[in-house]
Amino acid sequence: MYRAHVLICGGTGCTSSGSKGLQTALAAELEAKGLTEEIKIVQTGCFGLCALGPIMIVYPEGTFYSRVKAEDIPEIVEEHLLKGRIVERLVYNDVPDGVAEHVETSLNDTAFYKKQMRIALRNCGVINPENIEEYIAVDGYAALGKALTEMTPEQVIQEMKDSGLRGRGGAGFPTGLKWSFAAANEADQKYVCCNADEGDPGAFMDRSILEGDPHVVLEAMAIAGYAIGATQGYIYVRAEYPIAVHRLQIAIDQAREYGLLGENIFGTDFSFDIGLRLGAGAFVCGEETALMTSIEGKRGEPRCRPPFPALKGLFGKPTILNNVETYANVPRIILNGAGWFNQIGTEKSKGTKVFALGGKIHNTGLVEVPMGTTLREIIEEIGGGIPNGKKFKAAQTGGPSGGCIPAELIDTPIDYDNLLAIGSMMGSGGLIVMDEDTCMVDIAKFFLDFTVDESCGKCTPCRIGTKRLHELLEKICDGRGEMEDIDKLEELCEHIKSSALCGLGQTAPNPVLSTLRYFRDEYIAHVKDKKCPAGACKKLLSYEIDPEKCKGCTACARVCPVGAISGSVKEPHVIDKSKCIKCGACMEKCRFGAITKK
Amino acid sequence: MKSLEELAAIRDKMKSTVLLREGHNDIRIVVGMATCGIAAGARPVLNAFVEEVNSQGVADKATVTQTGCIGICKYEPVVEVYESGKEKVTYVHMTPEKAKRVVAEHIKGGRVVEEYTIGSAK
Repeated sequence: MYRAHVLICGGTGCTSSGSKGLQTALAAELEAKGLTEEIKIVQTGCFGLCALGPIMIVYPEGTFYSRVKAEDIPEIVEEHLLKGRIVERLVYNDVPDGVAEHVETSLNDTAFYKKQMRIALRNCGVINPENIEEYIAVDGYAALGKALTEMTPEQVIQEMKDSGLRGRGGAGFPTGLKWSFAAANEADQKYVCCNADEGDPGAFMDRSILEGDPHVVLEAMAIAGYAIGATQGYIYVRAEYPIAVHRLQIAIDQAREYGLLGENIFGTDFSFDIGLRLGAGAFVCGEETALMTSIEGKRGEPRCRPPFPALKGLFGKPTILNNVETYANVPRIILNGAGWFNQIGTEKSKGTKVFALGGKIHNTGLVEVPMGTTLREIIEEIGGGIPNGKKFKAAQTGGPSGGCIPAELIDTPIDYDNLLAIGSMMGSGGLIVMDEDTCMVDIAKFFLDFTVDESCGKCTPCRIGTKRLHELLEKICDGRGEMEDIDKLEELCEHIKSSALCGLGQTAPNPVLSTLRYFRDEYIAHVKDKKCPAGACKKLLSYEIDPEKCKGCTACARVCPVGAISGSVKEPHVIDKSKCIKCGACMEKCRFGAITKK
Repeated sequence: MKSLEELAAIRDKMKSTVLLREGHNDIRIVVGMATCGIAAGARPVLNAFVEEVNSQGVADKATVTQTGCIGICKYEPVVEVYESGKEKVTYVHMTPEKAKRVVAEHIKGGRVVEEYTIGSAK
């Protein structure tokens, strides 16, 4: 029996900040101190606070250590594990940039976790994802057992319908309804697919679930298979997620070994197996028809719908395709009942949503909150606010298909319908926070740059249309824009929206439309005044030295990489604007505040 | 997996392993593990508590944890039992054998083992 468990995060974030080395060092230290029989090391999935990795949690106290280095290990072992004295200097500090009055040593007490409600992420950072028995210990596979032995497929579907669960991949289609369509179609073979081709810039909740709790996805897919009458499942996961792929394969092998996948599960006549298919990183393969075409071994391009996958999907057979996070909710709904789940959230959006917090925010990471939580709560309370005393300007949700939410709408309760109403969308849950230094035209350009790259080229509106949109935005950012360009932008956006073949193209104009809606004045400033109010568009910037303030210290001239600054010692210096590349190095270097950016 | 019973058996076997991570139980058994405590033999006491809490099946209500010096070094090993809504109980001069009885009578049965408490120490 172990008296303490040391959990070390093995997610992608912490692995890249060195959690593997930490684990080796800890194992060696425990060995040296003769504690291997008393203390257990557990490699887990993501805890959510990726910016502070590598993360280590010591139970039973629940002490939350962040940014732990291998050099800290002897101290943690000697002080905490041997003598029971918490190493306070390594404990996660709740107050950004400051000293907390008292250190919250347990992660559950920190502001980052307190407001969260974890359903999809409930096992991430708690169990060892490479050990099926730990998953079983937290009621894993009990939902599958319940469904197979106590419920009919119709009852499973009814339960899903009653729960109000909607697809977490972006569009928010009711999951139970999707299942019922596929169940109603007769066929000799049906398929259950899992969309793990997470591609939105900044979103990584699916990766985190796959890495931290892979069995929950397998269990949910088997439940879905039972509900619709399918015997085969496929997980389409991107090859750029090596840890997720590795753990999924381990999980599938273990589930087969325990008879939780395969023939006659739980002694019933239900059989189900799952295969992995790796995607090569094309964003469009996250679109359902393109994804299935890719699984079939063809070039990943979307096709027209209808027929919908529930009728003609993978290999022309009825198929359901759900996202990883959607599946992660399913076993809990079956176990606790639809009535438990539909109490959480808002009227039309039930349950919780995971957001990947990124951009200008203190606590970069993953958070799971009930639907209806306001943006303010997420950013200011859980996220810890904007660093460096800057002002919140807007938040971008939904990735390249979504839009921006301006500061005046920060109190909007977030759910599917509210986000659509204000011109954004839930998307997969990427949430990028922007401060006053972010130019909204530049942001729209950034996302268009992404869609231009990722457009598969099958339909004209997306292939040519997004390219033209991008050119117009570039023109505006470079100061060559004319007022009619703004109207052209708007018109082109509407055309692409209504005529593109798949979801990628239809939503591609959203970043432009939503920034135009809330930040039109910034577009106008770029066009009319040839100025970028946020000071981000380089071509519209100019750096100047105030001769009154310049002391002639020559620091700026020495740091300038292109030799654009001239002047003699103790005399005011001058910037040659034709040579200046607007890197800002001089401004950072100046100790007298003599250099300004306009 | 041929039956629900099989699944339940694995779950029960593994439950105590994962329970440790589920957060705070009602009862906390805190063993003083500073230099003085360790020198007086707190380590076997701590391990005995861990073993007993699990073998006597009370892992779902009691957590064994450790702390530094409580300040009454001459009574070490000192073990304190905290229970929400109740006065804390301080046991002194603990041994693995005494630990077994404390778990059986106090944690399981709810009766404080008076003779081991600080009030009875001479």
